[in-house]
Amino acid sequence: MDIATQSIDGGFAEPVFNAQAVFRAMMDAMARPGTAQALPQLARPPAPLSATAGAVALSLCDNDTPLWLDPPLQAEASVKAWLGFHTGAPLANTPADAHFALIANPKDMAALDGFAQGTQEYPDRSTTLILLVDDLASGPSLLLEGPGIEKTSMIAPPGMPRHFVEQWKQNNQRFPRGVDIILAAPGSLACLPRTTRIKTMEA
Amino acid sequence: MYVAVKGGEAAIANAHRLLADRRRGDRAVPALRLDQIVEQLALGVDRVMSEGSLYDRELAALAVVQARGDMIEAIFLVRAYRTTLPRFGYTNPVDTGAMQVERRISATYKDLPGGQVLGPTFDYTHRLLDPELAAGAEVETPAQRPVDAEAMPRVSAILAHEGLIEADGEMPLDHVPGDITREPLQFPMARDIRLQALSRGDEGFLLALGYSTQRGYARNHPFVGEIRIGEVELELDVPELPFAVPLGSIRVTECQMVNQFKGSAKAPPQFTRGYGLVFGQSERKAMAMALCDRALRASELGEDVVAAAQDEEFVISHSDNVQATGFVEHLKLPHYVDFQAELGLVRRMRAEYEARENEDRAAEEKREAAE
Amino acid sequence: MRGQEAREQAGRKALMATLAHAAADEISRLWNEAGLPSEAELLRGPETGLVTVRGRIGGDGAPFNVGEATVTRATVRLPSGQVGHSYALGRDKAKARLTAIADALWQDPAHRETVETKLVAPLRAALDAAREKSRVETAATKVDFFTMVRGED
Repeated sequence: MDIATQSIDGGFAEPVFNAQAVFRAMMDAMARPGTAQALPQLARPPAPLSATAGAVALSLCDNDTPLWLDPPLQAEASVKAWLGFHTGAPLANTPADAHFALIANPKDMAALDGFAQGTQEYPDRSTTLILLVDDLASGPSLLLEGPGIEKTSMIAPPGMPRHFVEQWKQNNQRFPRGVDIILAAPGSLACLPRTTRIKTMEA
Repeated sequence: MYVAVKGGEAAIANAHRLLADRRRGDRAVPALRLDQIVEQLALGVDRVMSEGSLYDRELAALAVVQARGDMIEAIFLVRAYRTTLPRFGYTNPVDTGAMQVERRISATYKDLPGGQVLGPTFDYTHRLLDPELAAGAEVETPAQRPVDAEAMPRVSAILAHEGLIEADGEMPLDHVPGDITREPLQFPMARDIRLQALSRGDEGFLLALGYSTQRGYARNHPFVGEIRIGEVELELDVPELPFAVPLGSIRVTECQMVNQFKGSAKAPPQFTRGYGLVFGQSERKAMAMALCDRALRASELGEDVVAAAQDEEFVISHSDNVQATGFVEHLKLPHYVDFQAELGLVRRMRAEYEARENEDRAAEEKREAAE
Repeated sequence: MRGQEAREQAGRKALMATLAHAAADEISRLWNEAGLPSEAELLRGPETGLVTVRGRIGGDGAPFNVGEATVTRATVRLPSGQVGHSYALGRDKAKARLTAIADALWQDPAHRETVETKLVAPLRAALDAAREKSRVETAATKVDFFTMVRGED
């Protein structure tokens, strides 16, 4: 299949209802950090973009949201063409210009503080990071607390960025500035908003 | 502080029902069709498109009917509608030099390449009401004349070769055009952002400010270098096609105002320029826009800011009639709690004032008694 | 770019320009007369959105945003595999669908000739005629101003 065909196939079958379903899942995941929200396969993007991350991008991105791709996604012309056709989002030149960032390989991703952090006046002008992970249970456990979590919550995504717990602590300290994270796993997603604290990490 | 009020639902519903009835008017009179408005009230439709900042004739015509001919209400409706639509992108800049011209005049050169064509103008009419129009008389078809193949370059290009007129407005190469629909207004602002605000600004407000510059408040000696009205082609770059995709054409009015300028510490004596570009056939608006654009360049050109038309924050903050009408008209909504608080305050101040008066009077009487 | 490819793109762009200008009922009338197939899978849209129209300061300077315009677009795939796109000012979704199919058919060697001669050629002729009418009517309002010398001597 050539790039032209790959880039136009695999969008939402029902753009309005599908986007609403994905948005609802993300909203619930943001409101209850660390909980996995199930998401059926609604988009079929070219690899290495995953179905979940692709659906999130289709729901959130448009012409007004510069999008940053990590090197593995950047290298794939069909991914860029697919996102361009279906969302119209321009590609950000640097992580600091991005409203959204898609990260296929979180392990090697750029530091969190390299992305847009927002300003004191407009903390919403920060980057929302969409991390592609294999699942939400097989990695080191993250014990979470903060708004939206009654006592504690647990999540264990594998292949997270280096020094993630330390980086996240610094992200917390920048509040109200700071990035938010969407963890896109096959069939589900979970969120780490900037208000969530990681209490401990299992060794 | 705002305090909500409840109730009035039935009254509101009935008021809207009454509005619908009055809008329709006498049922014996045929209802207006949108195509009638598009065709026969075309300049009203153009104004709604320009200030509603949405080029769509049918929607503007619908807004005019729905608003019973209240133009600012119609503009409000159009502005509200456009927020419901996604944005596909920014077109490539239109080339007004390649316009299919329907009118083109200059007050600075009588013989200019391509000539002057009056087009469908009110100029040189006698402004006498025409009873025949009321009687629905047949209208003659337009005269025709073979077209000279001569191109119509912009007048600014003709003046440019002597070096006596400033160049077209340039911005630094890496400058991304600002967009007031995405970023809040910040002052001082770049000229491109000002022009966007002026292009959707209220015609009456800009006209009055432009007029004020002619009457001596920030006088800048304007001449109409050129006005042109006509259709320009739109093209959009899209990721799925290797060329800019043609979208069709829109009618715009462009005004190049040429202003004598005696020079300042920042710039030599030369002609400076003000620019107007608006949707539709909206000549007065384009001229007013160009006058305001030039006046607002005072700081850039090293002129003293002495008049309202030169005050960027004043002009741009008050040029949007949807914002203006919203804030003025909100005063009629219930402010009962606000007013009760004010009433309490005024009662107390009045009581204090009267108490003081009484004390003074008592003291006066005592003094008089003592004398 | 090779000459062949450039010509191909220029032809496709000209087709899209003509279709964007044409009225929906005129397109469907000619479509039916030409017996063109209208079966296609919708890949995107038809959907209506906005484009922000840009001008240039002074006519030829830096770009600035003038205002928005409504645009409707569609993307379709024919049973034979060709993908077609359409974009046009306005809110006509039926026109968007049909013109996207026209774009796809134009890319099919079996249909290009019919699309060009039975659909695009008459639409283009009508468009040219309308423009020419506007030009000659405008030309009739061409003026020659004479500056009058005020006699002092």
